[in-house]
Amino acid sequence: MTVRVRRARPIRPVRLRPKARRPRRAAERVPLGLVLGGCAVLLVVVMTFGVAVGSVGLSPGAVWHVVAGGIAGHPENTVAGIIVWQIRLPRVLLAAVVGAALTTAGAVVQVLVRNALADPFLLGVSSGASVGATAVLLLGVFASLGVWAISVGSIVGAMTAMAAVFAVSRSGRGLAPTQLILCGVVMSALFESVTSYLIFRGNPQATQSVLFWLLGSFGLASWNQLPIPAVALLAAMVYLMAKAPALNALAMGTEPAASLGVDVRRLRRNLFVVTSLMAGVAVAVSGIIGFVGLVVPHIVRLMVGSDHRRVLPTGVLFGASFMVLGDLLARTIVSPQEMPIGVITAFIGAPTLLVLIRRRPYLYGATQ
Amino acid sequence: MSLRLDHLSVDIGARRIVSDVSLAAEDGRFTGLLGPNGSGKSTILKTIYRVHKPAAGRLLLDDADLLALSARDAARRIAVVAQETTSEFEFSVREMVMIGRTPYKRAFGADTEADHAAVDRAIERVGCGHLVSRSFNTLSGGEKQLVLVARALAQGADHLILDEPTNHLDVRHQIEVLEVVAGLGVTVLAALHDLSLAALFCDPVYILADGRIVLGGPPTDVLTEQTILRAYGADVLVIPHPDTGQPHLIPRRARPDDDAGVPSTGTRNNSIPASPKEP
Repeated sequence: MTVRVRRARPIRPVRLRPKARRPRRAAERVPLGLVLGGCAVLLVVVMTFGVAVGSVGLSPGAVWHVVAGGIAGHPENTVAGIIVWQIRLPRVLLAAVVGAALTTAGAVVQVLVRNALADPFLLGVSSGASVGATAVLLLGVFASLGVWAISVGSIVGAMTAMAAVFAVSRSGRGLAPTQLILCGVVMSALFESVTSYLIFRGNPQATQSVLFWLLGSFGLASWNQLPIPAVALLAAMVYLMAKAPALNALAMGTEPAASLGVDVRRLRRNLFVVTSLMAGVAVAVSGIIGFVGLVVPHIVRLMVGSDHRRVLPTGVLFGASFMVLGDLLARTIVSPQEMPIGVITAFIGAPTLLVLIRRRPYLYGATQ
Repeated sequence: MSLRLDHLSVDIGARRIVSDVSLAAEDGRFTGLLGPNGSGKSTILKTIYRVHKPAAGRLLLDDADLLALSARDAARRIAVVAQETTSEFEFSVREMVMIGRTPYKRAFGADTEADHAAVDRAIERVGCGHLVSRSFNTLSGGEKQLVLVARALAQGADHLILDEPTNHLDVRHQIEVLEVVAGLGVTVLAALHDLSLAALFCDPVYILADGRIVLGGPPTDVLTEQTILRAYGADVLVIPHPDTGQPHLIPRRARPDDDAGVPSTGTRNNSIPASPKEP
């Protein structure tokens, strides 16, 4: 026996050479470059369609002509130029940024509370934002801020809720996952009842606009709205990519992460703040768009596995594509009216997730 | 290469869970930490890997203060294999082992050749090469534990902490996991539930009860009927293992009237142990 084992050994030096090992690793997962390339192409295609399709149809060539002119600094003054540059492009870009932000926030919150069913709104951000936005729409709070009033109101609400959840879920042992979920759920319920109270007291017409806001829309998108969410997303991604190995360790649980040399308390606190800010900013510009932050991270994990160095960049591109596509459907399906995008994302997201769960049951608690 | 606990006390909330525990895991030895549920075994181990903070006393790694090291540096010296866990997230076995390289990762750092070499070596030493492309969640309990041992090895630590790693495993996998660990030549501090198994692998062993050490030393000295009765409140028979001479425990059923004193062969016929060790 021993002799036979020895005989097999001469093969080993070959395996030790780095280049010989690569194909084996590649067989496990699709190379990240390929996935990112594919998702980038998808995003460009979807965005082009997002700008081209609408009540006035444009060719992709015309779209890119206007975009190229706009980037060069002199947008065309034609009808097509105004439609593309002033109306559709900011809307599509905003949808992309919000989709990316919600996907990233969702993926991270799922690790933070170590629960696959978590979404970025679990920790009270959306319900807090609802209170703020409802107060603006029904009570005229921040009226002096004009068009910014809703954004400011919702982000103030979101941050207040975030601070409240953070405060109540803190204990001697830091933010324990289950505690965090429970506090988030409880505080969300509380804030939602405040929203309900405001709606109950408000006048019916304003209530209509609250309802529309609650379901999410990019109908009010403009260039002014882009910088803040874009910068928030960029800053968050830089931080998260730097911490991606620690995120992987945290996905093992808080105690294993501690044993792997991660400062768990600090990391979890920072993740909480980063995801709440991202979700809060997203909500401020587009209302509450459900399902993206829950479903897209799952789709991405099924594509590239759970290594967050792969999940996060893929999620940004895929989440952006998903949202742009959702918005495209939202404004074309019942045109000239506009469907709330939350309806679309739920209609695409729910069946997709159900199919995925049934295909990979072991990921969702079913035993083999 | 030694890990010493010097008069360690640990509080959780207002409760003192570990009181004045001193013990040493010496270079290359397989040290066992035994004791009933709630006796403080896990708390001691978790204090070593910084889940809890000591209320008093010191932790010494090679005679230097362990807690003075950064968390990263400590993780390069001490790795942990805990009870089998399930993950909400899908990682392949190879990715799982690669997570053991976390304390070596710089911000934005990709996997280096050193990382891959350490992972390959760990997988080979544990003998789980056939599993590398499987999803961790699809493995059996025993396979999962082996992969977690490989992850700990990839961590490059010369100290290994085991927190009841053989719970829920069948007898073959219990032995397989402990054999692999014992064959690594690293310093091991292991909390174990199965005293007979501990006697086969550990030397020395320490028995804890109520957060204090009852007795420490070679298994033959520590694992006696009297000590086990004192620490666990369990009445067991201890016989020498036919192969090794190490103590082997035979559980007994609770005798309804102990003082009546009829320990005849009749009572021993009940050889099926009913909840032998758990209180």
